[in-house]
Amino acid sequence: MEADSAEPLLSVEDLSTHFQTPRGLVRAVDGVSFELQRGRTLGVVGESGSGKSVMARTLLGLLPSVARVSDETQIWFDRQDLRQLSGADFRKLLGPEIAMVFQDPLTSLNPVMTVGAQIGESLVHHLGMRKSEARNRAIELLASVGIPLPEQRVGVYPHQLSGGMRQRVAIAMALACEPKLLIADEPTTALDVTVQAEILDLLQRQQQERHMAMILITHDLGVVAGRTDDVAVMYAGKIVERAPTKELFDNMRMPYTEALMNSIPRLDDPPHTVIQAVGGRPPDLIDPPRGCRFSPRCRYAVDRCRTDPPELSATPDRADHVFSCWYPIDRSEVAA
Amino acid sequence: MSAAEALLEVDDLVVEYGAGGGRKVHAVSGVSFELLRGETLGLVGESGCGKSSAGRALMQLPRPTAGQVRLDGEDLTLLSGEDLRRRRSKIQMIFQDPISSLNPRRRVRDIIAAPLLIAGDKDKQAREMRVRELLDAVGLDPDQAMDRRPHEFSGGQCQRISIARALILEPEVLICDEPVSALDVSVQAQILNLLHEMKDRYGLTMLFISHDLAVVKNVSDRVAVMYLGRMCELASSEALYARPAHPYTAALLSAIPEPDPAKPPQPVAMTSGELPSPLDPPSGCRFRTRCPHAQDRCAQEEPPLAEIEAGHYVACHFPLWSGAAAAD
Ligand SMILES: Nc1ncnc2c1ncn2[C@@H]1O[C@H](COP(=O)(O)OP(=O)(O)OP(=O)(O)O)[C@@H](O)[C@H]1O
Ligand SMILES: Nc1ncnc2c1ncn2[C@@H]1O[C@H](COP(=O)(O)OP(=O)(O)OP(=O)(O)O)[C@@H](O)[C@H]1O
Ligand code: SF4
Ligand code: SF4
Ligand SMILES: [Mg+2]
Ligand SMILES: [Mg+2]
Repeated sequence: MEADSAEPLLSVEDLSTHFQTPRGLVRAVDGVSFELQRGRTLGVVGESGSGKSVMARTLLGLLPSVARVSDETQIWFDRQDLRQLSGADFRKLLGPEIAMVFQDPLTSLNPVMTVGAQIGESLVHHLGMRKSEARNRAIELLASVGIPLPEQRVGVYPHQLSGGMRQRVAIAMALACEPKLLIADEPTTALDVTVQAEILDLLQRQQQERHMAMILITHDLGVVAGRTDDVAVMYAGKIVERAPTKELFDNMRMPYTEALMNSIPRLDDPPHTVIQAVGGRPPDLIDPPRGCRFSPRCRYAVDRCRTDPPELSATPDRADHVFSCWYPIDRSEVAA
Repeated sequence: MSAAEALLEVDDLVVEYGAGGGRKVHAVSGVSFELLRGETLGLVGESGCGKSSAGRALMQLPRPTAGQVRLDGEDLTLLSGEDLRRRRSKIQMIFQDPISSLNPRRRVRDIIAAPLLIAGDKDKQAREMRVRELLDAVGLDPDQAMDRRPHEFSGGQCQRISIARALILEPEVLICDEPVSALDVSVQAQILNLLHEMKDRYGLTMLFISHDLAVVKNVSDRVAVMYLGRMCELASSEALYARPAHPYTAALLSAIPEPDPAKPPQPVAMTSGELPSPLDPPSGCRFRTRCPHAQDRCAQEEPPLAEIEAGHYVACHFPLWSGAAAAD
């Protein structure tokens, strides 16, 4: 928490992204705010469709043309107002300043270019390296992400590599220009646990060495627990709880966070332990529930929850733990 | 457990696929296990290790390259035509991707009733009754669901529909191939609970295939671990997770990220980390190219699956513990 006083690298305020569709306006992200310091990792969790990827793509300026970012939305990155940048200036940031890794590495890799050529291209383009220099640097990068025989691997095409190796290449590419911020959207979801652990170790190590900030999007609470400094929980386009990771797991206040946590089978539990599934269906983002958006599925909901939307706010004793709920869970009470 | 009778016995199962140029994919290479009546056997292992190939081979879809699959003592690999179809209807399967495994052009009522029709059931009214009963059992409202098509349902609802379809012929064995892997965590729990309920209600015996070790532990009585077409370890859920004896099982378990910041994962380091190819699997123990305990013998001799404690089987020359060591 020592970094708290420093100016944040990324500051997002009231971010909303909506999609115009034949059925109506989809409020995919609806008023999200957070800050991120250099060298820290923010985990973003939430069920499918809660707006995690749309939020990330808004930060990266990678939205389809039907998307509209609201006028209230403010995104400050390293003292620049990203909302005021022209498309061309924005694109100059991607790579050297902000980089990304997606779930499917093939989306960020070019199938008809060798691995070395792809990494080299961005080094030549953004950093003005000479070609031979770029090739050597590409080999170094491949070695640094744990690819065996990197001198041979620079010459292969993405389809010649396994899924785990491809994701390493995508990470090497993302790190090539030493970005200040890395956004990783489900980077290990398609991979086996052993490979997942290797890739996450790699990301963590690179991040520490470079003092890079990272947004790690995942639906896996296990990944979040071990790999992040802070966690934001999203539900129906909103952040409904945000806290330092340990605090969130020890002392969750928002019933949705609790429901999410209870719905996963635990390794510690004996076989056949009954899991508490979240009942009901994900909300319709065209016509979200009034009041608290989680109210139709919340086991603690009362009348007030169905009419008044709770604001994201902290308790007096912990300013860094915010949640939006009228009747937050109180662990000390539960324990008593 | 030892008193339970084996409903399905799989002996020395081999599944190979042609890969062009006379080469073969060794997907499953001599795997044996039993499904005891009423139990759930979990099957785990990383992508490409042969879990689905083994599951499909039990149904003779396609027929395995070699080996026996005995259902109630009768070897399915020797049957064909109508005999095979009748026996095989006692085994049903559900798949990972619920949406694409349902025919998009047909209504839910026809999708679920299809196995009855194929089996020659001609009573339309009785069929409709059965469909209603099963929709109700899997938690869907028959009146609302019967006449809609798959794309009008969410992934979790489609998985409910495929479970209803799989159960309509009253199978004895249900093979679940990654039934919750494509579903969101909140829906995953609903489907796991439903499978549990269906198992109790219809007295099912299940083979549950998944790469998620926490899910497998939750649903299984016993668990089998596969690596590159071979079985490494087989034990009760409790024993396997508490005391893995095969180096690969230990590596897998150590890599699972737990949702608890106080327990950061401490993965066992494996050599190189690259999967060897099923086209040309390593000699001897197939795990040896990544095993931190590998020795010369591992390249020369294939380790047999041996019982190191009652009901606990391991295929390794140098298991992490053995019955003798456990005794003291
Ligand atoms: N191009 C689009 N047009 C219309 N709606 C869209 C579009 N892209 C996304 N959405 C909607 O925006 C919402 C948020 O989607 P998003 O992809 O951000 O979810 P997510 O939290 O990343 O989910 P997942 O865990 O499945 O990746 C969803 O309801 C989705 O259907
Ligand atoms: N029809 C096929 N033709 C050729 N090769 C196949 C075929 N089906 C599977 N294979 C190969 O056989 C091996 C085992 O595949 P299988 O699908 O059984 O693995 P799995 O354990 O189910 O993996 P996953 O977890 O990814 O589903 C893999 O190398 C795969 O590429
Ligand atoms: S505000 Fe009410 S409905 Fe919403 S999470 Fe809190 S208790 Fe539940
Ligand atoms: S047989 Fe040898 S290589 Fe195989 S798992 Fe055991 S120790 Fe490792
Ligand atoms: Mg997403
Ligand atoms: Mg499979």
